[in-house]
Amino acid sequence: MSLDSKIPSGPIAQKWDKHRFDMKLVNPANKRKYSVIVVGSGLAGGSAAASLAELGYNVSCFCFQDSPRRAHSIAAQGGINAAKNYQNDGDSVYRLFYDTIKGGDFRAREANVYRLAQVSAEIIDQCVAQGVPFAREYGGTLANRSFGGAQVSRTFYARGQTGQQLLLGAYSALSRQIGLGKVKMYNRSEMLDLVVVNGQAKGIIVRDLVTGKITRHSADAVVLGTGGYSNVYYLSTNAQACNVTAAWRAARKGAYFANPCYTQIHPTCIPVHGDHQSKLTLMSESLRNDGRVWVPKRKEDCGKKPSDIPEDARDYYLERKYPSFGNLAPRDISSRSAKEACDDGRGVGPGGRGVYLDFADAIKRLGRKTIEDRYGNLFQMYEKITGENAYEQPMRIYPALHYTMGGLWVDYNLMSNLPGLFVIGEANFSDHGANRLGASALMQGLADGYFVLPYTIGNYLAQQKEKAPSTDHPEFVKAEQEVHDRLNKLMSIKGKRSPNSFHHELGHLMWENVGMGRNEKGLKEALAKIPQIREEFWKNLNVLGDKEDLNNALERAGRVADFLEFAELLTLDALERKESCGGHFREEYQMPDGEAKRDDENFAYVAAWEFKGVGQAPVLHKEPLVYEEVHMSTRSYK
Amino acid sequence: MSTSNSMTFNIRIWRQKNAKTPGKLVEYKLDGISPDMSFLEMLDQLNERLYAKGEEPVAFDHDCREGICGMCSLNVNGIPHGPDSQVTICQTHMRIFKDGQTITIEPWRSTAFPVIKDCVVDRSAFDRIIQAGGFVSVNTGGTPDANALPISKEIADLAMDAAACIGCGACVAACKNSSALLFVSAKASQLNLLPQGKAEKDRRVLKMVEAMDKEGFGACTNTNSCEAVCPKGIPVTFIAQLNRDYAWAMLKGAAAEPKATVGGA
Amino acid sequence: MPLIKFLRSTVGLKIIMGVTGAALFAFTVIHMVGNLQIFLGQEALNNYAQMLHASDEVIWGFRLGLGAVAALHIICAVVLTIRNRAARGSEAYAEYAAPGASLASRTMAISGVIVAAFIIFHLLHFTTQSIDPSFKELTEIHKGVERHDVYAMVIKGFQVPWVSAFYIISVALVSFHLSHGIASCFRSMGLTNPAYREVQEWFGLAFAVIIFVGMAAVPAAVLLGLVKL
Repeated sequence: MSLDSKIPSGPIAQKWDKHRFDMKLVNPANKRKYSVIVVGSGLAGGSAAASLAELGYNVSCFCFQDSPRRAHSIAAQGGINAAKNYQNDGDSVYRLFYDTIKGGDFRAREANVYRLAQVSAEIIDQCVAQGVPFAREYGGTLANRSFGGAQVSRTFYARGQTGQQLLLGAYSALSRQIGLGKVKMYNRSEMLDLVVVNGQAKGIIVRDLVTGKITRHSADAVVLGTGGYSNVYYLSTNAQACNVTAAWRAARKGAYFANPCYTQIHPTCIPVHGDHQSKLTLMSESLRNDGRVWVPKRKEDCGKKPSDIPEDARDYYLERKYPSFGNLAPRDISSRSAKEACDDGRGVGPGGRGVYLDFADAIKRLGRKTIEDRYGNLFQMYEKITGENAYEQPMRIYPALHYTMGGLWVDYNLMSNLPGLFVIGEANFSDHGANRLGASALMQGLADGYFVLPYTIGNYLAQQKEKAPSTDHPEFVKAEQEVHDRLNKLMSIKGKRSPNSFHHELGHLMWENVGMGRNEKGLKEALAKIPQIREEFWKNLNVLGDKEDLNNALERAGRVADFLEFAELLTLDALERKESCGGHFREEYQMPDGEAKRDDENFAYVAAWEFKGVGQAPVLHKEPLVYEEVHMSTRSYK
Repeated sequence: MSTSNSMTFNIRIWRQKNAKTPGKLVEYKLDGISPDMSFLEMLDQLNERLYAKGEEPVAFDHDCREGICGMCSLNVNGIPHGPDSQVTICQTHMRIFKDGQTITIEPWRSTAFPVIKDCVVDRSAFDRIIQAGGFVSVNTGGTPDANALPISKEIADLAMDAAACIGCGACVAACKNSSALLFVSAKASQLNLLPQGKAEKDRRVLKMVEAMDKEGFGACTNTNSCEAVCPKGIPVTFIAQLNRDYAWAMLKGAAAEPKATVGGA
Repeated sequence: MPLIKFLRSTVGLKIIMGVTGAALFAFTVIHMVGNLQIFLGQEALNNYAQMLHASDEVIWGFRLGLGAVAALHIICAVVLTIRNRAARGSEAYAEYAAPGASLASRTMAISGVIVAAFIIFHLLHFTTQSIDPSFKELTEIHKGVERHDVYAMVIKGFQVPWVSAFYIISVALVSFHLSHGIASCFRSMGLTNPAYREVQEWFGLAFAVIIFVGMAAVPAAVLLGLVKL
């Protein structure tokens, strides 16, 4: 199968308009004859399900949480970018496009990113109309702030809960459609397989997590909005249940997985404090607007109280290395700099894995009240977790896995190489390249769901002459049987170890060997070890409880099993990409000053991997990245 | 600050196989707990040890573990989300408990929130209330510019106070009447306060209250328990706002079904 | 039907409770002011009583109205209490701390029942005078006309120590009911907002105390012999 990204021809600013005109439409009266399955109810899935139902399609939406409102998009704190130029500071669609391409280290598809910047303004209009209470100025207009990787103020926010507010906006739109009967919502339901009929995605197999019942669902198209795979590292800022299962099941059925090695490490998380830890807590990057990052200049000072370390003994390393961006340097750069400082033995806090984020100057300059207004909830959260008061002593932060830029490969229409399978939001790979800018995840999720997919899916549906297959079709029967067999197998191993212990083991290996700094030796070691853990898993797993009841252990076991297959692909991709770019940093490929060394000659492509079986080498398909508009340059934030 | 000493607890936790089987409180002794653990990490430890003994782990709802998804829902020592104020139980840390203490853990209790298993309850009643009217009826696209309607900072902030609700249901769990009015009033007030939500304010309030009653939640007797346990500190003044909006809607006769009109050309 | 919808909804019933509660509170304040005229002497109190009874239509209209208000308050309370119990469910908490709730707020139904019982006794005692029918015989001649001597009745009534004690305890319960009830009325009627909330709560507590002092003053004064025939 060839990889056709279906990018429309013409100048970049007109591609989307032209494409919208060229696409086939479904007659309004005919829309109700088509059904669409949406898996996931976050920003992407929720907004897509609502918008599709508004257009008249029959939508079934699935989420594994107890309510669509709980999707992990809810945890995004900082904000959402949009090229509104409300602040009159020189922002434009082109600037947002350029910043995103550059932030992504020239590994994203130009046309997709331009479209993202184009629709960004509409997203804000849409959300305000839904009643999202964005922050405002006294005059009644919307407030903005600046965010990492940008020199304009284009980020809209709702206190430190922007993701929550945007998700609740999408959830309210979705709820309205559920109430109207246009969306059938399935809560506590997990997709366990994709059904492909005659080479087209036509349905899914679902387990009801409360009753254990397995059901088949057929539709004219399947949309995955199932998020990222950060939890392959066990410890991440993602919610506990975030997983790769839906995407991986699709990959096993033939959808290509693109750029899995592009993972983002968020620089401002609360450091790890113990082995029992179940998750890492992120604090909004907006903290970097006023906080100054530093470590002691000398290793000997690390044990001292921060207040006892004089100004001239502190190393404000981001300000020193990147004078123009300073503490607002992009995420990958800030994270790696923190790791370097800690590797250099100058980390602070338990285990030496932390750097200071200091608000003393900001409090002196703006007053405690202003800092409280801006970050009060974050300071409170920090205190609840660490027991430390960040108004009086600097916070300790350390990078943690946060977002994954890689995902299922999609073309310009957000359709994967499997016709009928659309992938939106974090689950696809398309817009962020090798690194995502702050406040861009929310933008992408909503752009895909509100303003891109509803058009492009129509183009596909309009060409579907046959009705969706019946769930009695042999492919459905076969897929359901496979799901049953797999669950039975998980239940029947009756070994000694919990699913959690395998997850923990895998995550530790991934963080150590495929984490912030990667090298050939470590990656090869991981490639050797992952199959061993997998083998042990299938021999020594123990799942207690029943298949027919709510069973967290069984759910976890299935997700860990998929992580164990997927981790190998992620590692292989990291090994094959012999360059450093964005969130992927190969220690062998760096500049003399430690900056990432990209290799545009050999690696300016999207690596899309075709699954060939567990333990079999996947096949690499390359989509060359052609830059017509932007000149690929070395990223510099100095 | 982190401390290295380990703590021991006597955990009494609700075990119930499924909705049909009656449940009971079961006691477990749990040692080696670090004060830096979160409450749910303590339960993870309990579950790992149960696992090692071949006993089925305790089911409890949780997801983001940073106090925003609203999934965690445990009644700890008689208080939803436990003794720490203005946080969810997932953000509560063991350092606030006393070494050797007995900790009683129960699911939310309310007719409208039936127990599914152990400490997991079904809160879909909240979803149905939102489906009845907790939205602005606006389709995707065709909306005016975001700055077209100025909204005073005070109103935007007040709407945000209401919008901070995470839908966890602690208000219902804490209320002696199992009233959902703090949830309903927060959701309705957020939209009723904003100009974008004003057009269908009356209809929204009536529909949401009707749905709330249908789900079997009780009435608000203004005890303030909801406010005391709300992890987001949502004030009961929103309940007063809802009562006011409801009374106005009724006075205006908004509850009468409009006569059907023949429309379209 | 909108009205039926209103009467079926918990919020509607609570609004009725708020409105009727506020009316009952207002009556209690007026009643207290009337009672306190005992300290102005026999003539003042009896003039006041006579004025109230000047027209049968007015007093009966008022009595019926007040009775209806009280009945509405009670009916709504009963209906809501049944619904609230059902909402709480059959499985009780093993531990329930009633966080943030004052004792008064949690016991409104109980204090309400006792207050109702007291009011019935009070009506039988001083209004219908059925508990001690000799009260009916107490009259005085005022400006050549015979009229009921309320002053004497009150003093005779409260000279019985257990009666006075019962009244004092009962008005304490009324105040207890009001200590939550007054602020609660504002809220149920939707008259609370963040700016006025605290004022209303203080107002409620202050009036609960004022009502107690004003109401208990009469039996206490009689018992202590400060007011006598």
